[in-house]
Amino acid sequence: MVKINVPFLQTGSLVAGNRLLDEQDRAVASWQNRESSLTTGHRACQGCAEALGARWVLDTAYDCADGKLMVANATGCLEVFSTLYPESGWKLPWIHSLFANAASVATGMVAALAAKGDTETRVVAQGGDGGTVDIGMACISGMFERNDDVLFVCYDNQGYMNTGVQRSGATPPTARTATTPPVGPHPGQAFGQGKFMPLIAMGHEIPYVATASVADLRDLERKVRTAMSYRGARYLHVFVPCPLGWGSESGQSIQIARLAVRCGLFPLIEAVNGELVGSTKIRDRVDVMDYLKPQRRFAHVVAGKDPEQLAGLRAIAEKNIRRYRLLEGFGPSTESSNTESSNAESSNAESSNTGPSVEPPAGRDETTGPVTTEGGVA
Amino acid sequence: MTTSDTGVQLLEGSQAVAQAISRARPGVVCAYPISPQTHIVEALSAAVRKGTLPHCEYINVESEFAAMSVAIGSSAAGARTYTATASQGLLYMAEAVYNAAGLGLPIVMTVASRAIGSPINIWNDHSDSLSQRDSGWLQLFAADNQEAVDLHIQAFAIAEELRLPVMVCMDGFVLTHALELVDIPSQDAVDAFLPPASDIHAEMDVATPGTVGTMAGPDIFTETKYVSYQQHVAAHDVVEKWGQRWFDTFGRDAGGLVRLYETSDDGVVGGTKVPAASGKVRGCDPNEIVVIAMGSTLGTMQAVLPELADEGIRVRLVGITSFRPFPDALLREVIGQARRVVVIDRAVQLGIGGVLTGEIRRALYDSGASVHPVAAGLGGRPITEKSLAELVRQASRGELDVHLNWMDLRHDVVDAAVEASARATAEGVGSAAAAMAEGDSGRPVQRAERVTVETPADDSGRPGQRAQRATVETPADDSGRLSQRAERATVETPANQETEK
Repeated sequence: MVKINVPFLQTGSLVAGNRLLDEQDRAVASWQNRESSLTTGHRACQGCAEALGARWVLDTAYDCADGKLMVANATGCLEVFSTLYPESGWKLPWIHSLFANAASVATGMVAALAAKGDTETRVVAQGGDGGTVDIGMACISGMFERNDDVLFVCYDNQGYMNTGVQRSGATPPTARTATTPPVGPHPGQAFGQGKFMPLIAMGHEIPYVATASVADLRDLERKVRTAMSYRGARYLHVFVPCPLGWGSESGQSIQIARLAVRCGLFPLIEAVNGELVGSTKIRDRVDVMDYLKPQRRFAHVVAGKDPEQLAGLRAIAEKNIRRYRLLEGFGPSTESSNTESSNAESSNAESSNTGPSVEPPAGRDETTGPVTTEGGVA
Repeated sequence: MTTSDTGVQLLEGSQAVAQAISRARPGVVCAYPISPQTHIVEALSAAVRKGTLPHCEYINVESEFAAMSVAIGSSAAGARTYTATASQGLLYMAEAVYNAAGLGLPIVMTVASRAIGSPINIWNDHSDSLSQRDSGWLQLFAADNQEAVDLHIQAFAIAEELRLPVMVCMDGFVLTHALELVDIPSQDAVDAFLPPASDIHAEMDVATPGTVGTMAGPDIFTETKYVSYQQHVAAHDVVEKWGQRWFDTFGRDAGGLVRLYETSDDGVVGGTKVPAASGKVRGCDPNEIVVIAMGSTLGTMQAVLPELADEGIRVRLVGITSFRPFPDALLREVIGQARRVVVIDRAVQLGIGGVLTGEIRRALYDSGASVHPVAAGLGGRPITEKSLAELVRQASRGELDVHLNWMDLRHDVVDAAVEASARATAEGVGSAAAAMAEGDSGRPVQRAERVTVETPADDSGRPGQRAQRATVETPADDSGRLSQRAERATVETPANQETEK
C-alpha cells in the first residue's frame, strides 16, 4: 500500500470532494493505483457497507501505523466473505480466532509485541455488532478496562446478518428480523431493549470513543486517524447498512446511512477519556419516516400497523438530538473548524511521520485536520 | 554448566512450577484466578513485577475464555506464552482451547486438575483435563512435583517443535499445594535445553502479512483433520525425544510416554521412563497384575508395592505420562502376556465406565487381558494406600468386575438415596427426573440440598445424585449394594463371567 501523510480533507461542499483537491491532497481511495487492505474479489453482498467501512478504516489505520498494522477479526460476515480457504481478501496480517474473542486476541498480540520490544506495530480488532455488543462484550470490556493498546472497531449493521438476519442487542426498536418477526400487536423488535455500545465504552473512560458512518467517509477517516493518535484502548462504532438484512436496494446503502444521521437516529459523536467532546451537526434534517421508507425491515411501521411505533422512533431521534446537541453540533467535527483544515496539513503530516504519541496530542483540532462532516446530497 | 543452582529445595508444587515457567522465559503470561491454580500465577505475576522475569507481560484477564484468547493472540504474534487453569475454568475456555490447537499455536498451559460440577467441588480428580481429550492439545500428566517442573520445561520444547499446544496436568492440591523436595533446573541449563523463544515462528508478522484462521469448507476440512491427526501420530516421537534429552541433560527420568514402577528383588521400588524403541521392554507374564494410573496416584500405589510383593502378589505399576498422544503401542509391549489389568480412573463416563479405561481397552483390544476399571479419588476423595492394596488383592483373587468398580463407595449413603428414589417412582411421582425435582414429602427440594445426602440414619432419605438415580430402573434388591446391582444389570453374558474366572 502507498503511504500518504495528508489528512483527507473535504472542501466544504456536499460531495466527497476528492476530485476538487489537488492531486497530492486526495484521499488514498481516489488513487488509481492504490492497494487496499481488503482487495476486490471477496464475497460480500452487493451494496455491503461493512466491506466499505472495513476497507476504509484499515487503509487509514495502516497509513497511520506506517504499514505496521495487524488485525484480529471476530467471526461474522466480514470474516466469512473475506477468507474462504484457499483465498483471502486481506493484504495485511490478519487473524480470525472465534466469535467472541477478537478483543482478547488483539490484547495478546499487543502483549507479544511489547514483550518483543516492538513499539511501532499497531493492532486493530474488529467485528460486527453481534461480536461486539453481545457475545464479544466481556472480552471487549476487559480490553477496555485494562486500557490495552487496541483500536476496536464495530461495524454495526444492527443484527446477525451472517446467520440469516436475527436480532442482536444493537437491533433498533420496531425492526423486523428473523427472530423479531413483524407479527402481533407490536411487530418487530420491542422498545426498551438494546444498547448503545459507545456509551458503554465511554463508561470505561478509555482515551477515545467515536461513532462514524459510511455515509461520511472523510469523517470516518478523520476519526480513525484521531483514534490512532492515541495509545490505549479506543473504540470506533461504524454504521454500516446491510441491504440483505434491511431489505433495501443495494445501491441505497450510503443514502440510508446518511438518512440515519440526518433523522437523528444515529448520532455522530466523539468522546475523550469518557467525556463527550463533539457531535456532528445535522444539516438538512429529515423525518424518521424518510429513513424508514427505503427499508423493508420497517415496512410495518411505514404501513402504520402500530401507530405508536413511529412516534416511539421519533422520540428516540429527539432524545439523541437533545442529548448530543445534534442540531448545533460541537467539538472537532463542527463546520467552524473547517477553515483551519488547510493550515493543518503540514502539521498533521509531521505528526504522522513521528508516529502516534502516547499522550493525546494537544489541540487535536489543528493536528488532525478537522473536516466538515455535514450530511451530503442524498 | 551446572544443571541446578540451588540444589534440592522444599517447595510448594505451585511455587516450583512457577519457577520452572520463569526459567522458560515466557513473553506473555495471562491468567484468570481459579483454585487450585492460583499460587502458580500469583508467583509469576510477582516475578514480572519484581523484574526477576524480564521481557514478560503479565495480563490479568476477565475470564478463562479471555485467558486462552489472549494466549492465542500472543502466541500467534510469536511470543512464548503460558497460562494456567482448572475445572470450570477449563470448560469456560473450551472453545478457545480447541481453537488454539486448530491454529497450531505452541501455548503451554497448566491444568491443576480438579473435578467439574455440579455439585460444585474444588478438589482433585481428572474430569476437567480429560474432558478436553479431543481438543487437539497434547496432555502430559505429572506424577509428582519434580516431574511437574520437568514436564513444564519440556512442554515448551515439545509445543514449539510440533507447533501444537501442550497441557501439563498436575493434580490440584495433592500436588499444587504439597511441599516436596524439588530441584529447579538452573537458568543456564534451561536456556541451553530450550530453543530460544526468538525462534518461535510469528504467524502474525507485518514483514510477512498472512491470513490466519480462514474458513475451511467441505472441500478441505477433512484434509486439515488428516494433517492434524498425523501431527499427533508424529508427536509420540517428539515427546519421547525431549524426555530422553531431559534425561541426558539433567540425569532425571522425566517425561516420555509411559513410566514403569516395579519392585526389585531387594524390595526397592523404582520408576523408570519406558524407552519407546520396541523390544527393549520386558512384557508382563500372565501372573503379573498390571495397575495403570495417572498423576499423584502413582506415588501412593508405589508405596504399597513392597507390601504386596511380600504377600506374593506381583504387580507392575504403569504410569501414563502422555495421555495425548496416547501410547497404544508401548502399552501393548508393556502389558505383554498379563491377564489382569486394573485401571485407576479419576474421571467417569456416566453409565459407561472410566475415561482412562476407554483408552486402555482400545489400546489392548487384542491382548486378551481383562481390564478392570476402578472409579477412585473423585472430587478429592483420598486414595489411600490401604484401599489401593485391597484393590490389588481383590484383583489377584479375581474379584474385580470388568464393569466399573467404585473404590471406597459409601454404600450406606447411596443405598438410602436409591431406595428413596425408587420409592418415589413407585408411588407415582413419575420419572426419575420428577423424583429429582421433588423430595419425599412432595415439597420442592433445592439441588444443593439434594446432593448432600450424607446421613445414613435418615432412611426417608431424599433422592441422591443423578448418576445414582439412573440405576433405579434395576429391580430393587434391598440387601444388595448399588455397585452389585449395577453389575447384575450389566454382567449378563457368559463371556464376561468367563473372563473373570
